[in-house]
Amino acid sequence: MRWIRTLRLSLKSLLLHPMRSGLTVLGILIGVASVIWLLAIGEGISRASQNQIANLGAKNIIIRTIKPTGDDFDGSGYGLTRADYQLLQETIPTVEVTLPIREVEREFRFGARRIEGRLVGVTPDYTEVLNLKLDRGRFINPADMEAERNVCVLAWETSERLFPQGESVGESVMVDDEFYTVIGVAEPKAATAGVGGSLAAEDFSSDIYIPIQTFWRRLGDMMVTTKPGQYQRDLVEVSQISLRVRERDDVLPTADLVRETIDRNHLMDDYAITVPLELLIQARTTQLMFIVFLGLIAAISLVVGGIGIMNIMLATVTERTQEIGIRRALGAKRKDIVGQFLTESVVLSVVGGALGIVAGLFCPLFSRFARDGLAQLFPRQFATLPDLIRELEPVLVMWSIPLAFVIAAGVGVLFGVYPATRAAALDPIVALRRN
Amino acid sequence: MIRTAEPAAPPAVAVADLKKDYALGGAKVQALRGVTFEVPPGDFVSIMGPSGSGKSTLLNLLGCLDRPTSGRYSLAGEDVSTFSDDQLAEVRCTKLGMVFQSFNLLPALTVQENIELPLYYSNRLTATNRDRCLALADRVGLAERLDHRPMQLSGGQQQRVAIARSLANDPSFLLADEPTGNLDTATTDEILALLASLNDEGRTIVMVTHEDEVAERTARTIVLRDGQLVSDHRR
Repeated sequence: MRWIRTLRLSLKSLLLHPMRSGLTVLGILIGVASVIWLLAIGEGISRASQNQIANLGAKNIIIRTIKPTGDDFDGSGYGLTRADYQLLQETIPTVEVTLPIREVEREFRFGARRIEGRLVGVTPDYTEVLNLKLDRGRFINPADMEAERNVCVLAWETSERLFPQGESVGESVMVDDEFYTVIGVAEPKAATAGVGGSLAAEDFSSDIYIPIQTFWRRLGDMMVTTKPGQYQRDLVEVSQISLRVRERDDVLPTADLVRETIDRNHLMDDYAITVPLELLIQARTTQLMFIVFLGLIAAISLVVGGIGIMNIMLATVTERTQEIGIRRALGAKRKDIVGQFLTESVVLSVVGGALGIVAGLFCPLFSRFARDGLAQLFPRQFATLPDLIRELEPVLVMWSIPLAFVIAAGVGVLFGVYPATRAAALDPIVALRRN
Repeated sequence: MIRTAEPAAPPAVAVADLKKDYALGGAKVQALRGVTFEVPPGDFVSIMGPSGSGKSTLLNLLGCLDRPTSGRYSLAGEDVSTFSDDQLAEVRCTKLGMVFQSFNLLPALTVQENIELPLYYSNRLTATNRDRCLALADRVGLAERLDHRPMQLSGGQQQRVAIARSLANDPSFLLADEPTGNLDTATTDEILALLASLNDEGRTIVMVTHEDEVAERTARTIVLRDGQLVSDHRR
């Protein structure tokens, strides 16, 4: 009962100066809201990067051919070989699937229609490892591989562009001088973003998939690219080998083993290994640092808010010296005075904290609003911003809400103690006489 | 403890050789140089003296707002001169009521809340006690203005609120510091009449004043000069 009265009393005296109390509350509001906002933005960024990595598959190890630069490259063949593929497939027991991929830029033709695209030689495992789904027809099967058939599966967009008004399955697409019978069409697949390391962003929308055996047979390893002003020869057997490890715990040791195995057979830097799990772990560390950093900024704003409270409460103590004297003369103990002033500062900070939480909850809404507004007002400048900012979706971290509230109340206590003890230390006689 | 066969009621106030020194800019100022007197229960005493005579110091000691440098102060038989800060607060709250020249009401609170304030600190905020506070407000003629703020009242009314407040915990001893100093003659009469009627009920009243007309309305006058008691006469 008594504390309800104390609370009412403190509300009453705070409301005597609504402007002053309001501004103090605003300080805490901004501090608490910034805790929630910064954590939400940090979470949004780290989720986005983790999603990108997770899309690559946490159990995958990706080895890609890269064209060596430097003096020891003699212009002959480079990159991963069929021997590497055989070796990896046969010697590493923890690997479940070994998927070789060979890809090259080519022109696809159907009748008079020609489009540029990517011809990808794959095995039946491709759908599973890269999570590709079929819209209709079937994917390449072992029999196609065995017989080195001229069959192909089209990416959704390739099919739409090459066969705008007809069914593609059953027709034949011409690549170089060969015809490939369309046996299936894939569902649309979103492009992956580059995640650093050797893995560039990958777009699947202009793909045509054929059995890798057919690729090797029909196109060979030597790729000659002629464009106006450019003549390029590349002798490459395999563009990429994707491994899927059986158990997640084995991914890192397997990656080391793969590195050793491949390194033994390659004199040049003509390949790169990407381990999404490693990136994922790295991303977590970065995220942790990020949170600590953002937390620091939020802490600074809370301290500033707390100092605001202390400032106001100290001014209040000076201004209310006579009131303190009267209360002491009427029988208030020191601890009653401490309690009264502490209650006031806690009320200020808790009200600020509660409002700050409400403001914090609006973070995703506000950021969407701000983003759309910017995109409309300055479309050109906006387009040049990095993807991370343009596509930022803050994710509210649920534990940040109780945390923010506890911090706010703590700030009220911490920064209220000194003014409250100052108030209680006043000599009642001196306090009474002052006017 | 040895008791006499017929214990007489202890004096409401008994001070013995009360001394109070202040350090003022390094120099020692003797505000009270040994004051001794007793006030029996139900007495109505005025304390007079020119400024600097030590009457404010005496009032602070009697009001338990301060502790003497030496000497004894007994309140209703209890020696409070060595009490701790919290104990003195307890005494101020429950054993005595104080009335001030400048009323000292809290401007943020209503009349009713001001009257009830001592109950809050004595932790006696019960329905009975609150009803008694309402009765006190009625008695001082402010039953109609319970929701008013002090600023909306006249000086006389404010002082009556203060008197009602001093009675909230029903103390038997009232201490008044120039209660009529800020009031006009007519209102002074009202307040003195009110104090007199409280005295008639048996409450002990000690009042500091510098006006002879006010002192004449009390039963006994003590005069201080230079920190010492120079006269003590009963009318």
